[in-house]
Order: sequence, then structure tokens, then C-alpha cells
Amino acid sequence: MNVLGQQLVNGLFIGGVYALFAVGYTLVFGVLDILNLAHAAVFTLGGLMALWLVQNAGLTIWTAFPLAVLFAGLLGLVLDQVAFKPLRRRPDTYFSGLISSIAMAIIFESLAMGVFGAHNSRFPAGTVPVVIWRLGGITITLLQVEILAAVVLMMVALTQLLKRARVGKAIRAVAENQHAARLLGINVDGIIAFTFFLSSALGGAAGILFGLYFDALSPDMGRPIELKGLAVIVLGGMGSVPGAILGGLAFGLSEVLTVAISGTSNLRDAVAFTLLFGIMLVRPSGLLGRGRLREA
Amino acid sequence: MDALIQFWAVYGSLLNFMGINCLLGLSLYVTFSAGLLSLGNAAFYGIGGYTAGILTTHFGAPFPLALVAGTLMAGLAALLLGLPVLRLKGVFLAMATLAFGEVVRIAALNLKVTGGAEGLINIPVITQTWMIYLALAGAAYFLARLHRTRLGWAFQSIREDETAAAAMGVNLTLTKTLAFVIGALLAGLAGGLYAHLNFLITPGEFGFATAVNLLIFNIVGGTRAWYGPLLGAALLTALPEVLRGLGVTAGPIRLFVNGLILLLVILFLPKGLMALFQRRPAPAKG
Repeated sequence: MNVLGQQLVNGLFIGGVYALFAVGYTLVFGVLDILNLAHAAVFTLGGLMALWLVQNAGLTIWTAFPLAVLFAGLLGLVLDQVAFKPLRRRPDTYFSGLISSIAMAIIFESLAMGVFGAHNSRFPAGTVPVVIWRLGGITITLLQVEILAAVVLMMVALTQLLKRARVGKAIRAVAENQHAARLLGINVDGIIAFTFFLSSALGGAAGILFGLYFDALSPDMGRPIELKGLAVIVLGGMGSVPGAILGGLAFGLSEVLTVAISGTSNLRDAVAFTLLFGIMLVRPSGLLGRGRLREA
Repeated sequence: MDALIQFWAVYGSLLNFMGINCLLGLSLYVTFSAGLLSLGNAAFYGIGGYTAGILTTHFGAPFPLALVAGTLMAGLAALLLGLPVLRLKGVFLAMATLAFGEVVRIAALNLKVTGGAEGLINIPVITQTWMIYLALAGAAYFLARLHRTRLGWAFQSIREDETAAAAMGVNLTLTKTLAFVIGALLAGLAGGLYAHLNFLITPGEFGFATAVNLLIFNIVGGTRAWYGPLLGAALLTALPEVLRGLGVTAGPIRLFVNGLILLLVILFLPKGLMALFQRRPAPAKG
């Protein structure tokens, strides 16, 4: 029982990181209908930047975290300006956008390799103090609590932003109908750029937390999560922010439960992708359907 | 003569890879020509490779038989996969085929008969360069002819406008399935040839990265005629060698150049590099 409880707790934490990653992923899809395959590369660069700030610039994780998140957000602006904006008026913008995001993913990954080195690295010991609690046989670390707190905080902030803030309403308007939004005086290009900033900042934050949690960073750490993130947003419903959160948690739990039940980690990804495949066949709109971003 | 032998020793395997990649480029080209964005062709490549490899390695099957079996197995998988997934459009089809590809890769990683993570080893090395290029020439000839047939037109009409195609009496399900299956057959053939080239195959060679590579071959070369993907595949396969010749050996720079080429092509040459070789569009014939 305790083993299962421990697995559920672990699944919750890793699911939170997946959710954070997937929210950014789905945000861009909700607004632009474009799959941004460079999201995982931003995730990687966010994590590596935080590591660099801690290791080489001597900052504490508390200052490195917001700086690296900002850096990831700026990468999002670069993505938008270089890879998406020039293609926006093309008739096949969904397809060409997908391709140019792949190109940017390759470029970002090569930069990550060139600048930070192709090797595996980790945060220096003591970046986050090691504190362990035991609750009825279930172990929880301070790091896990901090990760969950960070995830929840960012999710709440994002949801409130989309729901109440002026810019959030503008994002939803652009997602609903770009032409109408433009007619109403919304700066559509500015809103799209801001969406990319937000999406990439969240992706970068997920990268940092992921690196802290698994204690390993490398230029290709984004690859597995790229596909998992895809499964998560399809599960939750493409473009749906609450769906991505739910999907992320469900995905994290399904992973640890597969390992717990089958006893090996080999099948972990198989279950996830079989799930993704099944959903595509049965209900391509996912659990929460499309358009939820618009309603927020 | 010595120079030729020297050249062969250095670039023989590059030519082999180029041929295989060209064949793979063509396999996605067929699927593409009917407007289907598939990321599953890498998996069909793997299915063909593993089927043929297992038959020769474990069952001592003759090579031609194994090659045919691998090709057909990939086609069969595409048929079974296509029936449910070809209803999906655009990005959703891409994701469903991607999920299928990952499931296939993970299966190869976990099954006994495929050799798991270490891969299928001790595959007899049978494939010769001429076999690859014979297959490639056959495939290219077939596709060039297909372009002007009823089926070829049906592919293009679906790509341009599905609703209009259906209204004109094109059987969407049948036509799309055919495009998907023909693409898979070519990928399966490439897989069988590749498996017998190198003594071993591993699951990682048939994953997402390969699926994306096939896409890149087509985008960079162009998808409006059969020689587009050949151009893309040949160029991108040779690129690392060219860069090495220029003194660039670092991995990141190679990767960077790859990404940059793709970005520049999609931004400035949406019809691919083959657009550079076409003077101007031929006037439409009645």
C-alpha cells in the first residue's frame, strides 16, 4: 500500500511538470492552431540556462529561476518573429509553421549543444536544500513540494490572466477569431507574440523543474517530453488549458502506475502512446474538447 | 581505376545511405502527394527492416523472399492502420501516425524476437549498392508514371481540395488508403534493404527523428514531383561529408546547418529546392 501511495505521490509531482510543459504547448495551439515542435527545445534551453546561471554565474536558484524563465520567454519571441510571423499569411500556414518550428527546434538544440556542451550535467549539490519528510511511510522531499508549489502558482496565475486580465481576454479573442479581434482594435501580432512569450516561459520553467527533479540536464533532454507533451495535450484536448493540466497529471500517474503494476519501466512509454493512439481514434477532440481556451 | 576503388572505399557506404534515404523520401512523397501528413513512415521502414531481418537471421529465409515479406508486412500494417486513422486530418493524422510509430519502436525495444534495445544482430550482409539503386530507379519510374494516371490525378485532387475531389467522384477512403499503403510498401522495401546492409538494426533508427528526417527530405527537395525528395534526401545525406570536407567536424554545427537549411527553404522556397531548377510554370494543358 505504501509503495502504491509513494508511486501516486511521485506521479503527482512528475505529472505537475508535464502539465506545466503541456500548458505552454497547448496555449500556442489554442491561439494559432499551430503545433510548435520547438517547445521542447525551449524547455531544454530554459533548464540549461538556469544551470549555467547557478553554476557559472554563482546565482542562487531563487534568482536563476526567474531569469532563466525570462530567457525562455525571450526565446519564444524569437520563435515567433523568425519562424511563425513570416508564414502567417500563407494559405498553408499550419503546415509550414509546423515545419519551421521543427527547423527552429533543430537550431535551438544545436545551440544548446554548442554552448552548453553535449554532455549530461546536473545542478551542484545543495542547490535546493535536501529536506525529507515521511508521512505514514510515504517520502516527500522539500524539492517536490517546491516543484508542486511552483507549478500550482504558475497555473493559477495563467488561468487568472486568461480569465480576468485585459491581455488574457485579448488572447482569447485572437484565439476565437483573428479578423474580428483585429477589427475590435486588438493588436493581433502583439498578442500572438505575447502568447509565444508566455508559452515559452512556461516551457522553460518546466525544463528547470524537470532538471532539478531528475537531477540531469542535457541538450537532448527535451526529446522524450516533446512526444509526451503531445500525448498530454491530445489527451486533454488540443488548445485546452485545463485539459492540459488534467492530461499532465493523468499522464504522470499513468506512467508511475504502469511501472508499479508491470514491475518494469520498459512499458511506461508504451502505455502512454497506446493511450494517445486510442484517443486519436475514439475522440480526437480529447477529454475536454476544443475551444476551452476561449472560454478559459 | 585505382582512383575509382579509392572513391568507392571512402564513399561507398555514403552512396548506400543516400540510396536508402532517397527511397524513404519517395515513400513519404507518395503519402504526401495525396495530402496526407504522415509521421508513420519511419515505423513502416522499421517493420520492413525487422520482418526481413528476422526472416533471414532466425529462419534462414532467402533474401529476395525476406525482402518481399518485409515490404508486404509494412503494406499490411499501413492497411490496418490506415482504415481507422485516415479519417483524421492534418496535424491530427500526423499525431496519430506518430503515436503508432512510437508504439512500434517501443515494441521493437521490448520484444525478444527483435533483440530488444541491443537490436537485431548477425543479420547477413547481402544488400549491394546496385540493388538499392535498382529499387530506387524502379520506384522513381513507377511514381513518375503514376503521376499521369487516374490514381495520380486522384491523389493530387485530394491534396488540393478534398471536398471538391469527393464531389468529382474520387473515392476518398480508397484513394487515401492506397497512397498510404504504397508509401508504406516503399518504406518497407527500404527497411529490408537497409537491414541487410549493416549487420544490425536497432529500434532507435526507426523513431521520431527518422520520421522527421523523411519530412525534411521532402520539404527541402520539394513535393511537386518525384525528383524533389530525391534531391532533398541526396543533398542532406551528403551534407555531413561536404561539411567534413570543409573542415567542419563538430556535431552542433552540422545540426545547425541542417536546421538552417530547413528554415531557409520553408521561409523563402516553399516549393523546395526543386523550384530552383524549374524555369517557370508550364502553361496548363487542356
